[in-house]
Amino acid sequence: MGYTIVEKIFAAHRRDTPTPENIILDLDVVMCHEITTPIAITDLEARGMDRVFDPDKIKVVIDHVTPAKDSKTATQGKILRDWARRQNIRDFFDIGRNGVCHALFPEKGFIRPGYTVIMGDSHTCTHGAFGAFAAGVGTTDLEVGILKGVCSFRLPRTIKVEINGRMPAGVYAKDVILHIIKKLTVNGATDRVLEFGGPVVASMSMEARMTLCNMAIEAGATCGVCLPDKITAEYLWPFIKEQYTTIDEALADFQEWHSDPDAAYEQVLEFDVSTLVPQVTYGFKPDEVKDITEMEGVPVDQIYIGSCTNGRIEDLREAARVLKGKKISDQVRGILSPATPKVYNQALEEGLIKIFQEAGFCVTNPTCGACLGMSNGVLADGEICASTTNRNFNGRMGKGGIVHLMSPLSAAAAAVAGKITDPRVMLD
Amino acid sequence: MKQFGGQALFLDRSDINTDEIIPAKYLTENTKMDLKPYVLEDLKLGGFDPKRDLADKGVIVSRANFGCGSSREHAVWVFEVNEINTVIAESFARIFRQNMYNCGMLAIELPAADIEQLFNLGGEVTVEVDLPAGKLTAKGERTAEFSFNLNDFDRRLVAAGGWLNYADKHY
Repeated sequence: MGYTIVEKIFAAHRRDTPTPENIILDLDVVMCHEITTPIAITDLEARGMDRVFDPDKIKVVIDHVTPAKDSKTATQGKILRDWARRQNIRDFFDIGRNGVCHALFPEKGFIRPGYTVIMGDSHTCTHGAFGAFAAGVGTTDLEVGILKGVCSFRLPRTIKVEINGRMPAGVYAKDVILHIIKKLTVNGATDRVLEFGGPVVASMSMEARMTLCNMAIEAGATCGVCLPDKITAEYLWPFIKEQYTTIDEALADFQEWHSDPDAAYEQVLEFDVSTLVPQVTYGFKPDEVKDITEMEGVPVDQIYIGSCTNGRIEDLREAARVLKGKKISDQVRGILSPATPKVYNQALEEGLIKIFQEAGFCVTNPTCGACLGMSNGVLADGEICASTTNRNFNGRMGKGGIVHLMSPLSAAAAAVAGKITDPRVMLD
Repeated sequence: MKQFGGQALFLDRSDINTDEIIPAKYLTENTKMDLKPYVLEDLKLGGFDPKRDLADKGVIVSRANFGCGSSREHAVWVFEVNEINTVIAESFARIFRQNMYNCGMLAIELPAADIEQLFNLGGEVTVEVDLPAGKLTAKGERTAEFSFNLNDFDRRLVAAGGWLNYADKHY
């Protein structure tokens, strides 16, 4: 019997097997941000254990509330900043160089096929797009990761998700993953890995694969994962070119992580996206998903484009296709937060920022803020947001606010129309 | 070892997420105790009033997929500082369940029929947890006993008082 990619990664990183069900893994990367890390740091200090297992394997960013909005968030930044300096952590990204963690760290080349990655952030599953095992954890797991370089997991079973057909115009990775979550439900993949494959995934960019893996957690999954291929190798090439003489050589190396043809899956789900239409959430759970045609005309107050789900350059390009030469409705306000400085600069160079601004959008710095109602676009009671983020939970973007999740294209169309609308009619 | 059990708070809904347990705007607090007043502030459950309903409770009983969403351990800490030591549900989201055991607290899964029976005991229900025996005794207007299984590793984490203590000793 063969093995899945995640079984292979687990076998290669196994430190201990305290019980047959539980495995202690050695970690390649421990990522930290200012919301879930400071309490780990102060607890380590209080215990007289203020040290790190390997400063080069710890990556740190201030991203959730940046610039700091008050004394409390300034203190969180300060605890993280002082600690990174004290522990000689070189990869620390402060304001001016910071971005949304799950967009920034891949850009820096920190994630490689076969890696084990944790972060005190549930959307860490994003990094599975590179053929890594990447899982969100709580502060205690993070604290042990920082101190010892290990984390405990139950060996997850894998659900293979085969995505077939051809992506229709106006339909993107976000629509595909919302459709999959609808089918799986919010706990259909709990304690499971979602391994995405099939021809649609094979032709997806790394950005699209990250969108897909990013929302695996919304079906309860431990991790989403894509098998590393030529697209992965090309994305990583600036960071691995010292290690390999050609992309093909890197590819051959990545092959070792591929799931075997006779690997055992708990379940194989097949989706044909050829007839998929843009998807949108209603209600307060990310599995409450409808075709956008069924939600036509729902008024909105705010449009938010950004986040670890959809704040990358491709997302901005998609939205700009609809916004170019148009104005957003007088009834709405639009906020764009490019996910990283690199995305921001590229959007400037491509003229996208100008398109957003001329359409009436406010363009902010890279930050997570609005997605979880912390800063940078919090909703008032009863307000409705068309958002490219990942959670429509009650109060998520502000107490009493309502969130409809959708693709950047659909969000841009909602901005122009002032209500949810089928974006495909606005395409050339 | 820590004692578990107490009066039960019944939250009759599935998919209660960690944003409802502790909204993100309070994640800027830098001590666990500062989270205390905000427990379950955004819970979408008709008639629920956290201040009134949480008083003197030690155990939460709920339905499926409890603690889904964000990885924030604040959702466990806010229970801890409100003296909730055990959550009993049909199922848990992985990160929340791990966070409970990592803090030396109990996340006990029971079959749906047992949960239903717990919800129907009537009156004020007190739950006693016999951890070594894997038994729950719930006393309301009626009394019922339930057996539960704990993953052996989770049991060790509870005995060690959490994952940091365990990991420091073993790794």
